[in-house]
Amino acid sequence: MQNHLLSALTFIPVLGMFAILFIPRDKTYVIKVVAAVTTGLQLWLAVQMFLVFDRTTTAMQFVEHYSWIPAFNIEYFMGIDGLSAPMVLLTALLSFICIFASWNIDKAVKGYFALFLLLDAGMMGVFVSIDFFLFYIFWEVMLLPMYFLIGIWGGPRREYASIKFFLYTLFGSVLLLLAMLALYFYNEPHTFNMLTLMQTKYDYNFQIWVFLALFIGFAIKVPIFPFHTWLPDAHVEAPTAVSVILAGVLLKMGIYGILRINFPVLPDATLWFAVPLGVLGVINIIYGALCALAQTDLKRLVAYSSISHMGFCLLGMAALTTAGMNGAVLQMFNHGTISAMLFLLVGVIYDRTHIRDVDGFGGLAVRMPIYGGMVALAFFAGLGLPGFSGFISEALTLIGGFGAEHNSSTFRWLTGLAVMGIVLNAAYFLWAYQKIFLGKLNEKWAGLSEISGRELFTVVPLAIITIILGFYPMPILGMMSETMNGIIEMVKSGAITALQ
Amino acid sequence: MDNISSLNYFIPELMLTLTILVLIVYDLFLKKEESNYTAYVAAAGLVFTLVTLLSSYSNVETSLFLGMIAHDPFSFFFKFLFVLTAFFTVVISSTSLEMKGKFHGEFNTFVLLITLGMFLLASAMNLLLVYIAFELVSVTSYIVSGYLKDSKRGSEAALKYVIYGGVSSGIMLYGFSLLYGLTGTLDISEIGRILSQNNSGDLTVLVSFLMILAGFGYKIASVPFHFWAPDVYEGSPTAFTAFLSVGPKAAGFALLIRFLNTAFVSQDNVNMASWGALEQLAWPEIMMWISAITMTLGNLVALKQDNVKRLLAYSSIAHAGYVLMGIVVLTQDGLFAMMFYLSAYYLMNLGAFFVVLNVADRFGSEEIDGYNGLVYKAPFLAVCMGIFMFSLAGIPPTVGFIGKFYLFAALIKGGSAYYPLAIIGALNSVVSLYYYARVLRAMFVRGEAVDSEMPIIKTPVAVIGMLAFPVLLLGLYWAPLSDFAHASLKLLIIH
Repeated sequence: MQNHLLSALTFIPVLGMFAILFIPRDKTYVIKVVAAVTTGLQLWLAVQMFLVFDRTTTAMQFVEHYSWIPAFNIEYFMGIDGLSAPMVLLTALLSFICIFASWNIDKAVKGYFALFLLLDAGMMGVFVSIDFFLFYIFWEVMLLPMYFLIGIWGGPRREYASIKFFLYTLFGSVLLLLAMLALYFYNEPHTFNMLTLMQTKYDYNFQIWVFLALFIGFAIKVPIFPFHTWLPDAHVEAPTAVSVILAGVLLKMGIYGILRINFPVLPDATLWFAVPLGVLGVINIIYGALCALAQTDLKRLVAYSSISHMGFCLLGMAALTTAGMNGAVLQMFNHGTISAMLFLLVGVIYDRTHIRDVDGFGGLAVRMPIYGGMVALAFFAGLGLPGFSGFISEALTLIGGFGAEHNSSTFRWLTGLAVMGIVLNAAYFLWAYQKIFLGKLNEKWAGLSEISGRELFTVVPLAIITIILGFYPMPILGMMSETMNGIIEMVKSGAITALQ
Repeated sequence: MDNISSLNYFIPELMLTLTILVLIVYDLFLKKEESNYTAYVAAAGLVFTLVTLLSSYSNVETSLFLGMIAHDPFSFFFKFLFVLTAFFTVVISSTSLEMKGKFHGEFNTFVLLITLGMFLLASAMNLLLVYIAFELVSVTSYIVSGYLKDSKRGSEAALKYVIYGGVSSGIMLYGFSLLYGLTGTLDISEIGRILSQNNSGDLTVLVSFLMILAGFGYKIASVPFHFWAPDVYEGSPTAFTAFLSVGPKAAGFALLIRFLNTAFVSQDNVNMASWGALEQLAWPEIMMWISAITMTLGNLVALKQDNVKRLLAYSSIAHAGYVLMGIVVLTQDGLFAMMFYLSAYYLMNLGAFFVVLNVADRFGSEEIDGYNGLVYKAPFLAVCMGIFMFSLAGIPPTVGFIGKFYLFAALIKGGSAYYPLAIIGALNSVVSLYYYARVLRAMFVRGEAVDSEMPIIKTPVAVIGMLAFPVLLLGLYWAPLSDFAHASLKLLIIH
């Protein structure tokens, strides 16, 4: 099993999908159980990976390397390092939780869970692929189920939201495809192997163009301002579990792609683009937070807060310091768990009331004390209160930003502005909490029932992880630090030799 | 090779001719309502043709009938596609409600006649034979497109087709005559040799090239010779539309590739990995513009269509533009990409039209709104249509993506001069997704769940499944198809 761990992680959901396709459509309970067992098995494998993962090396681990289409030198090449391993863990965890968050789906249950498992496989594949072509296939495979999951099971404006999501991401993907081909043909012999691509020195102008094409492709997924407009629509219309996946995993793929490909493959362009990247990060932080302040729809609010939080990743990466890079990837993991929690909790209240308007509630803490407590915890984690995981990763990105060795004065300014974002984040979370839970109980909701056992089961594990990582982040931080140093080293040494 | 010994290599064509004759006679003995039995004869004849075709395969290029016809892997590749297209068309038309009680005998005969014409088009080495084969395909197509003669759209389609076809083949013929006047021969490899030795008459060569392009462009429905396509596609019986959108189009491409690659290249580096165009004629640039405009126009107009047949008609115009991207780089890679894409296009477009046919038969609508909630009424059909749509849009894991990937790869490899075309092509894929997604949206997002599925008719559903499965499978493992296309890159050159 050890030798094929990554294949198993990726393709177990596909097997589960086929199993579901053969179950009669009216046996909904069996379908759900199969989905839960499949993702449970995947999570178990991911935990095994976590336990045996070697934290002292930058090399790829659990490598699987086979020829796929020899005529074009396309390979089936999988492996994980400190950058992808936390993402693999996150994907498996959230997929498992989301099956339970989808338990009360009643429309076309069979289709829903089959597509969900396909989405799971696509996401996992993206994080474990080292061959660029394989990466691209998984990247695209993920689009199809996402389109249907939003389009079929979404809210009232689902048609608009799903096609907007699809067109935006496909636009990014085709740029990615062209950039991928340009890299492929630049190398002799032609190759899609990312590790080989990293060792080649590219012409300066070539680097800039390829960097931009890749960057736009990834930026749409993050999403980085001004490519973010699909996100609030998609989030609002998507069913709860799909929002969780969208915020928890899909947004991370953009940053993952930039760190995996742009940084090590194109070091000169990375240095050239470091300041713009930092600026975009700060725009994301401030703009996302300001937009969130203006929202009354709870899901929209959380969606904009995601845009804001992703900004910290960008700032940390752009600084190219150990603290910044580690903070960025840790922030990816932490935001994955925290935003998942937030969307799950919004889903809980929406299932009961069918509204998400912050002004429509009031005094709910009286009726739902446990729920109120969980939301308080999630909001505090979201606004980056010390003691929760989000604080550590945001602090690390800010420390990294202050310590940037290149363009240091610019980065000091940028980091200063980013700190403002934290204040704004606190403002909208606290303000929303006050409106929903505090004050006099809105009589309309006097009959609301408390959060159920199943719902608690989806949220509590994430809350525990958030708190543990808030006090002791080493389980995740330790996985990535070697790899992050390796990437920084690659950018700096790669660029210096190219400049000589 | 002389005429008698050539016959050994000509058995597939003879087999087709024999089947056509048998069909005509057999049809005389059938009552009108039994005429769909002719489909069995036609299908059997096509199977025999396929068998003889496979056994006549040879890896070397030979010229038959004293240089009239090429017998090479390149023509084999296209003939293989044509036989399969005709086979599926004949099978599916026998169950089509649209044609119920109509003259199936004639329909099948005509389909086979067109197939024979396409066989000759893919292998003709002589301008006279090119013209005869071209007209055989065209004239027969005019008749079949007006097959639904009591429908107004059908008659309009046939009339438009005749007029456009007549004009463009007339222009093409004039171009041929200019070329003949310039070189004194009708043999296309001889023409190529004389043109590349002789640098005079630039303008005449250009004019004759443009005129010939009118004929070829009409067959592949590229801008500005595409105007007939939407009306003809909409008005013809759907089974024939499916046939028309892949068969004669592919034949047009086969002819175009052979002609450009033989007559209009400089002879210094024939059959090398990359070849040069005639010095006096900048046809790659012209083709680049045609390609870009064709795909953009096809996609933009398709956005506004509400009739699925019309939508697919414009989409197939756009696809002609994609395929043309392969010819502008003047490399074997580009040629390979074109052939790969054509076979991918064959599977997905034929499949999509067959779904349209089946949906029209069962639910009585060709409008996009008629597809609302199809996934609840006919899940298998909807899923297959979904696969075809994704493949046409070029999204993995489908063979349509691999085809586009090879086309882009050929352009990027060709160098930075081709980057703009690659970017235009890539952006066009994004645009095209919008209208393919309209069909998807109708099938999957709109409409309400119904309790019972509609009963299915087995044959068409089986055919659709047989096309959908390879679209997915070849999207994951396409080495067999790419090996086949690679092996078929050999075009006959007579020295």
